[in-house]
Amino acid sequence: MKKMLVMLMVVFLVMGFAFAEAQQETMSEQTIEKVIKTNVMASGDLEIFSWWAGDEGPALEALITQFKGNYPKVNLINATVTGGSGVNAKAVLKTRMLGGDPPEAFQVHAGQELIGTWVNSDRMLDLTPLFEAENWFEVFPEDLINLIGTDEGIWSVPVCVHKSNVMWYIPANLKKWGVTVPTTWDEFFAVATKLQAKGIVPLSMGALWTANENWENIALAVLGVDDYNALWSGDLAWTDAKVEKVWMTFGKMLDLTNKDASSMSWQQATDMVISGKAAFNFMGDWAAGYMMTTLKMVPEKDFGWANTPGTTGAFQFLADSFGIPKGCKNPTAAVAWVSACGSKAGQDAFNPLKGSIPARTDANMSLYSVYSKSAAMDFANDSIVGSLAHGCVANEGFMNDFNSVMDGFMKNRDAKAACLACAEIAETNGMTK
Amino acid sequence: MNISKGKKKNKEKLYSLLILLPSILLVGIFVYGFVGNTIWTSLTDWGEGAGLALNPIKNFVGLKNYKTLFFSFTQSGFRQDLVNTIFYTLLLLFGTLFLGLFLAIMLDRKVKKEGIYRTIFLYPMALSFIVSGTIWRWLLAPSGGVNQIPTWFGGKQNQFLWISSQKQILQFNWQNIWQVLGVIGLIFCVIVLLINIKREDKRKIIIWSCVSGIFALFAFVICPLIPPVLKSEEKHGLNLAIIGIIIAGVWQYSGYAMALYLAGLRGLSGSIKESAKLDGANEAVYYFKIAIPNLKPITLSAVVIMAHISLKMFDLIYAMAGADNGFTGHPSVRMYLTTFRANKFALGAAMAVILFFLAACFIIPYMVNSHRSRRPMR
Amino acid sequence: MNKVKVKKSFYYFWMIVLCIMFLTPVYMAIITSLKDPAEINLTTSWKWPTILNFNSYSKAFKLLKPNFINSVILAVSGTVISSFVGAINGYIFSKNKFKGSELIFTLLLFGMFIPYQIILIPLFQVLKTFGLYGSLTGLIFAHVVYGIPIVTMLFRNFYDQIPDSILESGRIDGAGYFSIFTRLMLPLSIPSFVVVGIWQFTQIWNEFLWGICLTKQSSNPITVGLSQLAGGQAVSWNIPMAGAILSALPVLAIYIFLGKYFIQGLLSGSVKE
Repeated sequence: MKKMLVMLMVVFLVMGFAFAEAQQETMSEQTIEKVIKTNVMASGDLEIFSWWAGDEGPALEALITQFKGNYPKVNLINATVTGGSGVNAKAVLKTRMLGGDPPEAFQVHAGQELIGTWVNSDRMLDLTPLFEAENWFEVFPEDLINLIGTDEGIWSVPVCVHKSNVMWYIPANLKKWGVTVPTTWDEFFAVATKLQAKGIVPLSMGALWTANENWENIALAVLGVDDYNALWSGDLAWTDAKVEKVWMTFGKMLDLTNKDASSMSWQQATDMVISGKAAFNFMGDWAAGYMMTTLKMVPEKDFGWANTPGTTGAFQFLADSFGIPKGCKNPTAAVAWVSACGSKAGQDAFNPLKGSIPARTDANMSLYSVYSKSAAMDFANDSIVGSLAHGCVANEGFMNDFNSVMDGFMKNRDAKAACLACAEIAETNGMTK
Repeated sequence: MNISKGKKKNKEKLYSLLILLPSILLVGIFVYGFVGNTIWTSLTDWGEGAGLALNPIKNFVGLKNYKTLFFSFTQSGFRQDLVNTIFYTLLLLFGTLFLGLFLAIMLDRKVKKEGIYRTIFLYPMALSFIVSGTIWRWLLAPSGGVNQIPTWFGGKQNQFLWISSQKQILQFNWQNIWQVLGVIGLIFCVIVLLINIKREDKRKIIIWSCVSGIFALFAFVICPLIPPVLKSEEKHGLNLAIIGIIIAGVWQYSGYAMALYLAGLRGLSGSIKESAKLDGANEAVYYFKIAIPNLKPITLSAVVIMAHISLKMFDLIYAMAGADNGFTGHPSVRMYLTTFRANKFALGAAMAVILFFLAACFIIPYMVNSHRSRRPMR
Repeated sequence: MNKVKVKKSFYYFWMIVLCIMFLTPVYMAIITSLKDPAEINLTTSWKWPTILNFNSYSKAFKLLKPNFINSVILAVSGTVISSFVGAINGYIFSKNKFKGSELIFTLLLFGMFIPYQIILIPLFQVLKTFGLYGSLTGLIFAHVVYGIPIVTMLFRNFYDQIPDSILESGRIDGAGYFSIFTRLMLPLSIPSFVVVGIWQFTQIWNEFLWGICLTKQSSNPITVGLSQLAGGQAVSWNIPMAGAILSALPVLAIYIFLGKYFIQGLLSGSVKE
């Protein structure tokens, strides 16, 4: 009896091994070109997958309403998954993609998060024919298209753009303390000393990902646009003295932040600036949405913004976009959806409610807030570089490991060790030449 | 008569087997099959490349992932998570069991409105870890919540950073890991040795003295001769940040321990208590010398259930400290992130296997004890 | 007389302190749920809201209603099925032992120690293969399967406390294998059903990860609904807190009303071994 049991257990274990090797069904050949050529009216089920909810819900709803107006026959299923700073959404999406049940379209950050994860695994449909048909090459900035495409094609349609190198402050408070907005890091350190003497925290910060965002702002400042891009393309070594300087500046910046940063959400860090406990906060421009919509503050009057020190003339961006996975059940409807996402009407319905700026350069700016107008001007005029913390310039494997490097740096403040660690994780994650 | 009894017994045996068959099959597939699947995945390199392809290329790499986890410097976070796990489990166990026992003793006397107290202590169990984690996150935020309490009484705001704390005590260096393990093994052997000396079991005394000797030799003579396992120093220890999470966990499950112990205390017949009183024992003596030793089986059962719960700490840690707080890390959180955020499926699977073995360790003493008590005495 | 009074007040003092400590998180949740979003701030987290904003509850309820129904179906079916599986398995392992049954039990018990994240991907693939992905049926199935070890253990320990003599007299009276179970054991098992039922109901009701990965939108349980409330870039915490309180109410109600039976069930030896 016992022998039989042990044998049975072994059988199950081996079955498990074998199951792991089972092949997935191959998916039929679909291309966007075929869909466009067939030109049939979209109908049936359309499942879109995103992580927009809460305060971003209304924006998505507006886009969906606009889409439904044009395609009444489509049954749109909004499979939003929120929570866990997007990790839950990723878990659900990846489980489905691995299990062979892709949605028609899913939200993904434009850039390496899309390319490193999905394009390299050959799971996305090439949207170049759609870009041509919709004339999007004229409408989206060239820098943006370069970042969302590879040599083999273009893989998603950008819906909204956020700027990550923004520094927020309360003008009235700065006046009270007698400080002006710094434009370089030397100026910032000088201002910080003045503020610390008054017992004000110079820079408020939240949980780890906000530290990553601050790091990328400093990297852009210290390296400048060209070297910053070189770092991600593998042309600049992580162990270079310039990169070490980035970490050292970052270390100095950490000394100016609040000690309880890791337990604060980003809104709570913004709250510190509003209540006067802190002077400045670096955050992407969803902070404007928070201040205007939830806290009902007036831009320019109640709160002010500037580029983070040292990044004048540069726009560090992240873009949410929609891509179409291979093997989806209703490609016609999927194409209809992403064209709506990239259309002028769609973007102008979505972005004002979300507080972001449209990826298109021909949007109707009168619909947007004072802040968004200034951001859109920057987007049109400044050099555009990608954000690190939001999946543009580095793939997911690198980002995950970078969190550990950041965690280690925050413990020991060793710039050289951080550089070496980054060099190693860049290599393991395929980011070196 | 005997033949038909034998036949009947066989028929019943068949029924038993048939009824158990679905459970056996289901658990076989869904537990053992999946564990096998995970073990296999951990021996490949799935994820080092196009991990999410429809037919990803998985090469067999043997124990490479395990080597990375234990000895590569990129995974120092995982090693701290392992150390954290030990403290999480021990502190959670001790915390819930002690508080539960204390509450049970408090409630054991015939209190008016016992139902209300019992409900107050038991209700946290009804909440999900995510809900309680979110609330406790607010309570333990350094600039609000619990730290503000001293200010109500005129004191200064408490400065302990709770989950943001970066302090670490009981530090040791991972480079000396073999030595640390040797010393821990030695301490364990010495304890067992002392127990056997008390029991005056000659044979076992000799055995455990020899084993202790071997561990001592290993720890103090051989280990210094082994080259360090890491290139540079790496400190690990008890992170004070986990205290906040332990508090939330203990708050949530001490009620369950209380219910168990209360049932146990009530189960001790009232006459024992009466005769103890008559013999002049006061409350303290009654509890310490009579009641508590009788609660040992309950404790053992509670340990198994709490170990099962400590695996679900994922939800609690995730809700309280977020995904990337290295100080409160746990292998289950890291495994989740490594698999679903970094797409490193094989590495995540290796973490999962280690986690599974750690958890299974708790069942072994229970099984041994249960086997011993069920087998007829020699 | 005074000594007794001092002792009593000392005792009640500590009981009250403990109760306050246990109730603080609920207080925090309730006042946050009643605040206006703009008022929710870390530094003022203890303050009673200036205006009682009850519409966070109505908003939360509206958003959570479909999920609530799903959770009820999920938890009730899962609990009922689990309990019966546990009962019959426990009966066998306790009263109808055969050679190797101990080993099978030990092997079954290991199933308790699987962290849910580990088996997510294979579970998804198996459920999808059988067409159970996305629906509540698949989720119920998963919960029943992974609940087998613990419910079996709880029932087995309970049945160990029932003396064999009861079964002997049953056999003498001519009862067979199954009728002993249905006519003798089941009626005696009510306390154990309460304990197992409460435990499984709590676990299934509060489970999040499978709820989010194994169901599609229409079958989302309430834990998923809750996380949607707290999602997004800027969270107004009053609604998620209100939602959390609402979602905890059914389980809380069970504990409040059945708490006595829970202890009684434990007393009857459910976990004595």
